[in-house]
Amino acid sequence: MTPAQLRIRTPEGITFAYPLAGPVTRCLAWALDGVITFAMAFGLSWALALLRYLAPDLTTAVAVIAFFLLSVGYGVILEWFWRGQTVGKRVFRLRVMDADGLRLNFHQVLMRNLVRFADMLPGCYLVGGLACLLSRKAQRLGDLASGTIVIHQRKHGEPDLDQLLGSKFNSLRTHPHLCARLRQRASSDEARIALQALVRRDEFDGSARIELFAALAAHFRQMAEFPADVLETMPDEQFIRNVVDVLFRTNEARARAA
Amino acid sequence: MIIDLPRFITTGRPFWTELETMLDRFDGEPTRDLPLEKAQRFHFLYQKVSADLGRVATFSSEPELRQYLEALVARAYAEIHETRTRGVRWRPIRWFFVEFPAAFQRRVKALWVALIVTLVGLAFGAVSLSLDDEAKAAIVPPQFAHVLQDPAKRVAEEESDTSGRSYQGRASFAAQLMHNNITVSIRAMALGMTWGIGTIILLFYNGVLLGLVGADFITAGQTPFLLGWILPHGSIELPAVIIGGQAGLALGGALLGQGNRAPLSSRLRSVAPDIATLIGGVAVMLVWAGLVESYFSQHHQPRLPYSLKIAFGLIEFVVLVTFLTSPLWFRRKNRQEQ
Repeated sequence: MTPAQLRIRTPEGITFAYPLAGPVTRCLAWALDGVITFAMAFGLSWALALLRYLAPDLTTAVAVIAFFLLSVGYGVILEWFWRGQTVGKRVFRLRVMDADGLRLNFHQVLMRNLVRFADMLPGCYLVGGLACLLSRKAQRLGDLASGTIVIHQRKHGEPDLDQLLGSKFNSLRTHPHLCARLRQRASSDEARIALQALVRRDEFDGSARIELFAALAAHFRQMAEFPADVLETMPDEQFIRNVVDVLFRTNEARARAA
Repeated sequence: MIIDLPRFITTGRPFWTELETMLDRFDGEPTRDLPLEKAQRFHFLYQKVSADLGRVATFSSEPELRQYLEALVARAYAEIHETRTRGVRWRPIRWFFVEFPAAFQRRVKALWVALIVTLVGLAFGAVSLSLDDEAKAAIVPPQFAHVLQDPAKRVAEEESDTSGRSYQGRASFAAQLMHNNITVSIRAMALGMTWGIGTIILLFYNGVLLGLVGADFITAGQTPFLLGWILPHGSIELPAVIIGGQAGLALGGALLGQGNRAPLSSRLRSVAPDIATLIGGVAVMLVWAGLVESYFSQHHQPRLPYSLKIAFGLIEFVVLVTFLTSPLWFRRKNRQEQ
């Protein structure tokens, strides 16, 4: 199943998407936050127990106010200072965002945490859970009231394409007409699959890696029949590396200059 | 089909890294101010990366690169296109004395509804008691069992307690009152998400309880005790709960959107800052009310004459009404926004 997304088109004509967090992940993050809040309350009551002998009334008053502030303030303070994240949300890579893709404002953080009282009715987060499932943007009532969404934040590092930037000799390029045929016949999806196989090659087991590159090599060999002397000493993975080089590096001279 | 990806990455990478570094720095400073020169550079980088994303989305089939650039553009978009006022440090004095009454006055229609619902509940409670002696026991919840006892007996007990025994534990009592009342007010606001129905029920029930207790003491001839007991804290606490209801009804009104053709998200977006301000102001009011109820309201005649307590409560109420309805705050707030 494709995860739900919120697509935003900028005035510059660029479209980007936020993958919306599902109810299960959100529930897990909330449960973790609950455990942390409980642990903090437990630690606090243990610390206050020492003071109870000195000033029992004042200690009880401090405990009541501190527990109340902890239950309400935990989400508000962390989401504000960590820009939409609590400990639970950090662990599960979730983030609260403005529903229009803008920056989160304090009143939004406050509202979504206070309206939680309505989301928790009649118990076990039933109203909030149902609202989340039924909403197009997976919003609970607090999100709806404050104009926020919860997204699943993936870590996007710069792509590791070093294998393409190498300047090793590519024997396929000795046959430019076959390279042109390969480019002509390979679809963008096929090119992407070959590139991804190279980028993620270390994630595969040895046998799976050999099988994958054998299948890919067989597929690309059918597209352009390179002479046997070029292919006979070339392993499947090296062949795919050369194919990707041909497909993605369309101007050899410019590539070398780069 | 495909752009020269390695070259594209080599030339674009310095800009992407620079933008990413700036965004990481922004993440750590939610209230930062950006000098003009840096803002211009940031805008340039945003446009450059947007253009790169446009190219890679059109020509390349490299999903990781596209996702990386999308994530960068999304983060920068939030910074560039945010036009709501922000970035100024929170000033609590200004917030309470200017923004709170201004929000109160902007949402005054919701206040009238909240007040009327409470008064109807109050009348219902009073009439119920006059029609049926069992109404009090049937309506009052177990946690308020102390109000079920005979008013004359209670007054006699309270006035005879001069030992100071019942004055112990005042700090924890005040904390408990603040906690309970603020929770009720937050609930009244949050229930606005039920199109205001939950808020109305809560306000009505609150009014019924007040009407029952009030009528019970008045018919028992204990009006001075009642006023001396309720007014010092009630003149702040009751308006605070009604303002909590005002916030809830403003939220419910935005959901219903009667006479407002703006989309639901815009309606909620416009009302949310006022609701957050109202509920914050209510919390401050209830802290004061909790302290007064615990340390002042529970002292009765002969320790404290009722006339003094009633006068104190009335003065508080007049000050509160003047503070909330004074056009000064509203004008100043609007002038600052302009």
